[in-house]
Amino acid sequence: MSGETIKHPGLNLGCAHGKDHDAADRMLFGFWVFLMSDAILFGMVFASYVTSVNATAGGPGPRDLYDLRGVFIETLLLLASSFTFGMASLALKYEHGKTRLVGWLAVTLALGLGFIGFEVHDLLSMIGNGGAPGRSGFLSAFFDLIPLHGLHVAAGCIWLICLVGQIAVYGQDAKVKLGILRLALFWHFLDIVWIAIFSIVYLAGLA
Amino acid sequence: MTGQTHDAAGAAIRKREERKDFRSYAWGAGLALLLTLLPFALVHWPAVPHLALLAGIGVLALAQMIVHFRFFLHIGFEKNRDDLLLILFSALLLIIMVAGTIWIMASLALRMAMQ
Repeated sequence: MSGETIKHPGLNLGCAHGKDHDAADRMLFGFWVFLMSDAILFGMVFASYVTSVNATAGGPGPRDLYDLRGVFIETLLLLASSFTFGMASLALKYEHGKTRLVGWLAVTLALGLGFIGFEVHDLLSMIGNGGAPGRSGFLSAFFDLIPLHGLHVAAGCIWLICLVGQIAVYGQDAKVKLGILRLALFWHFLDIVWIAIFSIVYLAGLA
Repeated sequence: MTGQTHDAAGAAIRKREERKDFRSYAWGAGLALLLTLLPFALVHWPAVPHLALLAGIGVLALAQMIVHFRFFLHIGFEKNRDDLLLILFSALLLIIMVAGTIWIMASLALRMAMQ
């Protein structure tokens, strides 16, 4: 029924999942509180970046170092991974079986790893072009913000691998379901942080 | 017999609900893609003044964040949505702390440069 009440952020399992759906309510709200505190953390790192964006100390600035193409590819990879995680959530909710769930999770993982790969390549080429973190206040702030997000994505990838292992061992039991729902929130949240990164850091830096 | 018809009706409802959920993700991905292509194109082929470009990037980013919250995280205006309140409260904290930090540091930079 479309009238079914939504209890928590992210895709709701719904009544068909009985007790698991009830347990999701508090668990996911608690995780949501953590995500919002993480958002505050990111916000403060953004603030330190914006205040030191002009502190290049005679070194290279955003225009000399940023590569719009790499960022564009990373953005598309992360957006696609958000969509494929949505498909995994649907496979979980509508019980399409283990293969489809793990399949979509695997595609999401591949896109996440692709994102990390492109990002590491971009950062290394920046360092190669004289943009090492120790060069200026601007670069220190940059290397505080971007790898912080990258580490979050890497943590999400590790978590995803653990979840696939749990699915293989325990099947789709209550704990595994709640784990997938929480990782979905985490993953979508990181994509929202990335919107702020590509807009404030890269696009505004190259505009 | 009645149980079977009941199951069939339930399955149809579930099918409908699944299509609705799928549409949410599809719309989200489509709108987010559009809101990504637009600012990248504006920066790649600059056609508007610098300040307008910055404002445009900001507005499009905010729009895309709302799209993600609505279609991927399914945040809405239904009753008793503590999660929405938490987002708004966190946004308030962020605005106060981030805008305050930038204001103070920009003012400091200006005064230091004047001396």
